[in-house]
Amino acid sequence: MSERVDRRSFLKIAGTSLGIGALYSVAPLLGADGEAGEIARTLWKKNGEKLKPFSFVQLSDTHVGFNGPPDPLGTQAFERAVEMINGLRHRPDLVLVSGDLTHDSEKPGEHADRMRRFKEISGRLKVDAVHCIPGEHDAGLDGGALFRDAFGPTFYAFDHRGVHFIGLDNVSRAKPEVGPEQIAWLKKDLARFPVSAPIVVFTHRPLFDLKPEWEWFTSDGDEVMNVLAPYQNVTVLYGHIHRHHEHTAGGARHLAARSLIWAFPDPATTDAKKPLPFDKDQPFKNLGLRIVGEPKARGAAAGRPTIDEVELTMREYSGTVGINQFLKEGAY
Amino acid sequence: MRTGHAYGRAVALGIALMTTALTLASPFPARAQGTPRVVEITAKRFEFNPKEITLKQKETVTLRLTTEDVTHGFFMKTLGIDAVIEPGHPTEITLTPQTTGSFTTICDHFCGEGHGNMHMKIVVE
Repeated sequence: MSERVDRRSFLKIAGTSLGIGALYSVAPLLGADGEAGEIARTLWKKNGEKLKPFSFVQLSDTHVGFNGPPDPLGTQAFERAVEMINGLRHRPDLVLVSGDLTHDSEKPGEHADRMRRFKEISGRLKVDAVHCIPGEHDAGLDGGALFRDAFGPTFYAFDHRGVHFIGLDNVSRAKPEVGPEQIAWLKKDLARFPVSAPIVVFTHRPLFDLKPEWEWFTSDGDEVMNVLAPYQNVTVLYGHIHRHHEHTAGGARHLAARSLIWAFPDPATTDAKKPLPFDKDQPFKNLGLRIVGEPKARGAAAGRPTIDEVELTMREYSGTVGINQFLKEGAY
Repeated sequence: MRTGHAYGRAVALGIALMTTALTLASPFPARAQGTPRVVEITAKRFEFNPKEITLKQKETVTLRLTTEDVTHGFFMKTLGIDAVIEPGHPTEITLTPQTTGSFTTICDHFCGEGHGNMHMKIVVE
C-alpha cells in the first residue's frame, strides 16, 4: 500500500468493520471566553495541572476470554487496537474502557485469569492512565468483587486537564441499574463544580431506553441524568451495544463505542438480538474511530467538543496492511 | 452474590395508554373462587418455559414465576413488569393487559454467559 492516508482521506474512508473504539481529542475550555475561561484558570490554580489540548480514547467490550462463534479472533482486535493507539502521532493521555473487559466464566480461576490477560494487553498502552469500569460480564455474577480485586473501585471520578471524568457502575447490582447509593455519591461528587464544567461520564449500559427488550437501558438512568441535568457540557460514553450510536437528550450527548469482539445489528432492522456474522475475508469489519475535535469557542456549543465519526474500511486498506499503513502514516 | 433487590419487588411503569393493573405478592394467599387464571412460568439458565404465553386483553391473570436454578429477572417495561425470581420463593404477578400486541419479556438479572438471550413472549390478543 503506497497511498498516503492523510486525515482528509481518512475521514472519507467508509465501510463497516469490527470497532476499535472511539478516539477523542479535547481542548477543554482553552480559547473559551468568559465564564468557561475563568473556570479553566481556577481549576488550573486549584489542582496545578497545566491546561492544554489532549486526547483520549474509548475502548469497549473487549470480552477477553471469548473465543468462538461468531468471532473466532479472540483478543486479536483488542491487541491491534492497542498497537494502533501506540502508533498515533499525537499520543492520547488516557484510555477509558467502558466495560465487558472480560467474558465471564464460572470455571474456578478462569475469570481471574481473563482479567490478568486484559491487564497484560492493556498494559502495553503507552498512555498516562487506563481507566476501566465493569460490564455485566465482568461483575454481574459476583457483585464486582473480582473486578475490584483486579482494577479497584467499580465507580469513581477524577479530573484531567480541566475535564471532570466520572466512571459509573450500572452492572454490579446484577440488574441494569446504578442504585441509590451511587446516585447519592454522584450528587456529592458534582456539588463542587460550576454548571459549565466539562463532564465526561463513562459507563457500560446506556443511561436511556435505547432498546429495553434487548436490555439496552438502565432502569434508573433517568435519575442519573436528572442529577447531571444542570450541567451544560455533559458527554456520556458507553458500550454494551457493540455498535456506534449517538443520542442527545436534555442537552447531554450519549455516544456508544464499537466492540472489539463482534457487532450487534441495528435493532431497528431486526427483532433478533444476534451478533452479525463473522466475515473471514474481512475479519476486522466494523473497525472504527470517533474523533472529537476542539470545542467551539463561541455560540450555543461553546466549550463542547465536536465529534467526527470515522469508519475504517478494510476494503481499501485490508487486514494487517491497512492497519500498518495507518500506523506508519500517523494519520491523526 | 449481591442481588440488590428485595424479594418480590415490582415497579409499575405503565402510562395512561398502556395501563396495566399489576400487583405482586408472595408468599401468595389461597385463592377464592373466581380469582384470576394462573399461568405458570419457569426460569432456568438461559430460558423461560414456556417461551410464549397468550393472554386476553383486559383479562386479569396471575403469572406465577419460579426458578429452577439461580436468581433471574422478569422484565417487560411496556406492561409494567419488573420482578425478581429467587430460588425457593415463587413470585406472583397479577396483571390486566389493556393493549394487544406481542411483548418480549427478558431476564434482566445477570445469570451467566447466555443471559443476553434469555427471553420469552407475552402475546395479548
